[in-house]
Amino acid sequence: MSLARAVCFLLFLFLAACGKDAPWNKAQSQGGAQFVTGSIGEPSNLIPILASDSSSSDISGLVYNGLVRYDKNLKLEGDLAESWEVSPDGLQITFHLRRGVKWHDGHDFTSRDVLYTYRVTVDPKTPTAYAEDFKQVQSAQAPDTYTFRVTYAKPFAPALASWGMPILPAHLLEGKDITKSPLSRNPVGTGPYIFKEWVPGQRLVLEANPKYWEGAPHLARYVYRIIPDNSTMYMELKAGGVDMMGLSPVQYQRQTTGKEFLERFNKYRYPASAYTYLGYNLRLPLFQDVRVRRAITCAINKEEIIQGVLLGMGQIAHGPYKPGTWAYKAKVDNDPAYDPARAQALLQEAGYRMGAGGILEKDGKPLSFTIMTNQGNDQRLKCAQIIQMRLKKVGIDVKIRVMEWASFLTNFIDKGKFEVVLMGWTISQDPDLYDVWHSSKTGPKELNFIHYLNPELDRLIVEGRGTFDMAKRRDCYYQIQEILAKDQPYTFLYVPDALPVVTSRIKGIEPAPAGIMHNFIKWYVD
Amino acid sequence: MANYLIKRILMLIPLLLGITLITFTVIHLAPGEPVEMQTAMSPKASAASRARLREFYGLDKPLPVQYGMWLSNLSRLDFGRSFAPDNRPVLDKIKERIPITISLNVIALILEFGLALPIGIMAAVHRDTLLDRAISVFVFVGFAVPTFWLALLCMYLFGVKLAWLPISGIHSLGSDQWSFFWRSADLARHLVLPIAIATFGSLAGLSRYMRSTMIEVLSQDYITTARAKGVRERVVIYRHALKNALLPVITLLGFSLPALIGGSVIFETIFSIPGMGQLFYQGVMARDYPLVMGILVIGACLTLIGNLLADLCYALADPRIRHGRG
Repeated sequence: MSLARAVCFLLFLFLAACGKDAPWNKAQSQGGAQFVTGSIGEPSNLIPILASDSSSSDISGLVYNGLVRYDKNLKLEGDLAESWEVSPDGLQITFHLRRGVKWHDGHDFTSRDVLYTYRVTVDPKTPTAYAEDFKQVQSAQAPDTYTFRVTYAKPFAPALASWGMPILPAHLLEGKDITKSPLSRNPVGTGPYIFKEWVPGQRLVLEANPKYWEGAPHLARYVYRIIPDNSTMYMELKAGGVDMMGLSPVQYQRQTTGKEFLERFNKYRYPASAYTYLGYNLRLPLFQDVRVRRAITCAINKEEIIQGVLLGMGQIAHGPYKPGTWAYKAKVDNDPAYDPARAQALLQEAGYRMGAGGILEKDGKPLSFTIMTNQGNDQRLKCAQIIQMRLKKVGIDVKIRVMEWASFLTNFIDKGKFEVVLMGWTISQDPDLYDVWHSSKTGPKELNFIHYLNPELDRLIVEGRGTFDMAKRRDCYYQIQEILAKDQPYTFLYVPDALPVVTSRIKGIEPAPAGIMHNFIKWYVD
Repeated sequence: MANYLIKRILMLIPLLLGITLITFTVIHLAPGEPVEMQTAMSPKASAASRARLREFYGLDKPLPVQYGMWLSNLSRLDFGRSFAPDNRPVLDKIKERIPITISLNVIALILEFGLALPIGIMAAVHRDTLLDRAISVFVFVGFAVPTFWLALLCMYLFGVKLAWLPISGIHSLGSDQWSFFWRSADLARHLVLPIAIATFGSLAGLSRYMRSTMIEVLSQDYITTARAKGVRERVVIYRHALKNALLPVITLLGFSLPALIGGSVIFETIFSIPGMGQLFYQGVMARDYPLVMGILVIGACLTLIGNLLADLCYALADPRIRHGRG
């Protein structure tokens, strides 16, 4: 019977699998200078301007370089540009490019590559989401092989950081349709790692670039495994199948604490570049009253949320910046602290009186609204539930509605049909807030969807992006944080911690404000 | 017979058209579109770049035009390019994922039939005994246990604690340098857990079905006659009864054909198997219309072919259908 034979064959294979000389038993010990990391998602496109997902940028970040980059203290430093000058009027930036840098295929890197990257990004035929920053450029020139100069119509401070975008190889792309280029699955860059292979749905493999201008990376191979499930990834970590992953707060606090685990792995913890907030729809009369917004913030115990949702792995957010960065103001005067009595007083002042069933009322209408959040984010749901409980205590009735991301955006956010949302933003390195807070950004699909209009804030935002003077910029952003704290258009809830874990085999990791990946090419194994 | 076949095949065409029209409408009714999924909540995307992306994908044209274009491409067997940022041909994306899904499903299907049929027969023959009940409990446990939970427990036991089997994926790192034998062995090792768990979960339906048809057949007069004339019990069961009891099972086999290319999302996600289930799920979440349509059309074709084959097998197996009015 052939079925029986097939079963026997499988059994044989299985038994053979347990043999000592099977290659997979040896493979473990050969780990050596190979570094395996796990990712939930698969990159979509390795030409960076065509992709917007974090997996693609994980890989692009190792294969390509920009002209500038952020160092471990989140300050801009030269990358492919050795140095740069900003003209006194702030309108012109001149980059002096590093000499002797080679593309992975051996060609020289020159200003032609930079010029091409700029041109293809602003080309209307390129389907990229990144053209906006470069629209401000009035002209771009490459006066010689190692100089690149851009001129802006008006001073634009985020411009400098925007040149951190990965530079593409002109000799492989110029004159071709970038959307159909083989480079999207087989990139050629100038970075510390050379692309080797991509096994769809399974892994990407990079190899150290022996001729990298900062010196060859110590870890010879970088393997990016696609493991879509977090629990699976955690088991792979314990079984030695991946060397690094990001932990959830529960995993960090409860599942990775034993002595044995701590001998095999090093855990790190630092603030992530993101915050979670409660956003009020300011088109509605209810939320136009600043006393109501402040009362809600007073009624919410942010510390309790951090304990309950993040198991303490995070810190209170007071504004849109990451604690510890240069634009962040540590002490904001007007920030409402947790104080339920004050919340009740504020609501009384706004004309609300306690009605039947313990719910506040004004003009016979109960104080009641719905918090909406997107599906698939358990932390946000838990957060909404804790807020619901707290607001109930001061007499506000809250309902929670969870929705699939696409319908949430299209049917509710874009149409302004929501009362309160619980969402998050990533915090960009440059503190410019124009896109999310400027009053000109309240149109459909724009990011000031809560409709916050404040001329004073607008003025400060424009002033802050219009100068390269760091002290002046910081002053603007400090004032902005005061205004946002006073006005509470959002209740800023928390900045979660990033919780990476790396096997202790890997040495040379230096946690810094920028996280741990900043000196990846210096990591090594004993 | 030939007439019957041609008629059935011609009937597939309007069916297929109807299916594509309905799926096209349904997927476009879902809120959000691909451009949105790529640019939503991104400070870097302006209205202009959004419009540019929409134009690039042809989303600015009216829906009937989009459907017409898609249909005319399809008639040339061109499934179009994915709306994901990689913009690759849909067929390529399906091609690289279909082999693993089909092999997994074929093996699981063989195991399922290979185990469920004997189990069902055993239960029917020993009807209402302890064995029958034990079998019922066993298959229903398999049916009732959430697969993802069982999968995680097994992964922890066999992968982390005992370290006998790999946890996820389908190849070990570095296996591309091994000999063919070790590569196949490696693949087999990776497939043990997913296949075992998938099979365990699907035994219930088929074995219960087999049991009930078998019981029905065993109570027929001709079985009593066979037993009365002294035929051995084995022969009665496997020669006389089984043949007739298997007939309805053919239908089930036909229905399983489309399932061969569909993978389970939860399953593939837990075991990191790059199969069709994940591809389809991601396609739907990103509103990648060409990809979703492509997979659905292939699935619909297989369903229709599966039904056709089942009917044909029926006709072949059962003279009453063959010589009937068909």
